Amino acid sequence: MHRFLKRDSRYNKMKVNTIIFTLVISVFFNLNIFADEHLSNSEKDIKTEIKETISHHLQDSHDFVLTHGLSFPLPVILYTDGNLDIFSSANFHHGTTPYEVDGRVYSLDHGHIIEASGLHPIDFSITKNVTFIFIVFLMMMFMFIRMAKSYKKNSLPTGMGRLLEPIVLYIRDDIAIPNIGEKHYKKYMSYLLTVFFFIWIINLFGLTPLGVNVTNNIAVTLSLALITYVLTTVTANKSYWGHIFWMPGVPTPMKLLLAPIELFGTIIKPFSLMIRLYANITAGHIVLMSILGLIFIFKGWIGSSLSFGLAFALSLLELLVAALQAYIFTMLSALYFGSAVEEHDDH
Amino acid sequence: MDKLINDFSVGLFFWQSLLFIALILLLKKFAWGPILSAVEDREEGIKDALEAAEKAKEEMQNLTADNERILAEARIERDALLKEAREIKEEIVNDAKKLASTEADKILLLAKEKINNEKMKAITELKNQVAEMSIDIAEKILKSELSDKNKQNELVAKALKINELN
Repeated sequence: MHRFLKRDSRYNKMKVNTIIFTLVISVFFNLNIFADEHLSNSEKDIKTEIKETISHHLQDSHDFVLTHGLSFPLPVILYTDGNLDIFSSANFHHGTTPYEVDGRVYSLDHGHIIEASGLHPIDFSITKNVTFIFIVFLMMMFMFIRMAKSYKKNSLPTGMGRLLEPIVLYIRDDIAIPNIGEKHYKKYMSYLLTVFFFIWIINLFGLTPLGVNVTNNIAVTLSLALITYVLTTVTANKSYWGHIFWMPGVPTPMKLLLAPIELFGTIIKPFSLMIRLYANITAGHIVLMSILGLIFIFKGWIGSSLSFGLAFALSLLELLVAALQAYIFTMLSALYFGSAVEEHDDH
Repeated sequence: MDKLINDFSVGLFFWQSLLFIALILLLKKFAWGPILSAVEDREEGIKDALEAAEKAKEEMQNLTADNERILAEARIERDALLKEAREIKEEIVNDAKKLASTEADKILLLAKEKINNEKMKAITELKNQVAEMSIDIAEKILKSELSDKNKQNELVAKALKINELN
């Protein structure tokens, strides 16, 4: 037992070292994003340049730029006026040239695809973010199906499952069961587990130097929050609706007053989920990028190393935020599900 | 807010929703279901094993208590048996003694009686013999006495004298 603990602590120490090393590398390579831009437009004002870089970094893009000169084109899928146009984003040459399909001329304007003759194309492109959503999709499938298979041979998890099982159990025992209740929690487990790991992993991807930010897109957080809302609404019992439209235990005029407020509340709840995740991740990225940008403003070695240290510390914080936001989203979803299936013994 | 709405990408929303819902459904079928049921089975197993162990412990305790009780009972029973045996032994010995003494008394009494009888018999016989001998002697004396006429007279006179006196 003692020997096992000792080995475990050494293992943990090694793990911490690895994390710190990865972070330093990550911060260092994030500078790439600036360095590339810096070289290309050296005549511009440096502050505007940093601002542009940050806003560019926060945006989705139609090609996946790893570093200057190394980029992968991604498929563009457009639905314009009843026509489905599919072509490679390489045709835009990083937004410098327009591309024509059957008389429709598309060009890239600040990350948006516009049509020359004024048609409004609906963009279903496989963008950088979609690519990473897909990568996380595949990663999670691989991880958890492997974990599930490991239980067939052994009742104890092996390999990655040893790390994942405590988290799965934590979500079940400390998020789902206390908030939803022993009786109903099972039907929400799949969603809660998926949403937790999805947000966590994709947030962690956001901290890598790959320059992806999926959860700081309102479309992504809206999609997630909407699923929580739909699940809450669909599975809600009579008592839940009773408490919204006809609050028991208050006088009738109050009931009439409370109904619209309560109804509005059901929409506010998932809306807050959406904004919270979006805002936290966006803010984290903006602050981190701004501190990195300071390096180019200070230029001197003191200021630069200071902002490097600050960026490192902030990266650590963001590492926490990545898990924390996943936890909060899961926790609040569970809370809303809990209110939907709660059984009130009459007041 | 304007920027938010402007930046809203229908495509990203579509792909996110599609992939995410697919992910939930696929993981539910192939991962979460098996994982959670495996974990639950394991927990159930552990719980059962613990309960069984607890039960076994209790049974063991009961068994020990039973054993002790049985042992104590056996000891009491043994003591009772021993006591009883001792009592029986004493009783038997006492009975035998009593029986022996009464028998001896009886035999003694019988012997005494017999001796008495024999004695009486012997006395009677002796008496008879003495009587016979006396008669014989008397006869002989009488014969010798009555051989002389004087003496006969004298005797008659004497006898008469005795009668007179009476």
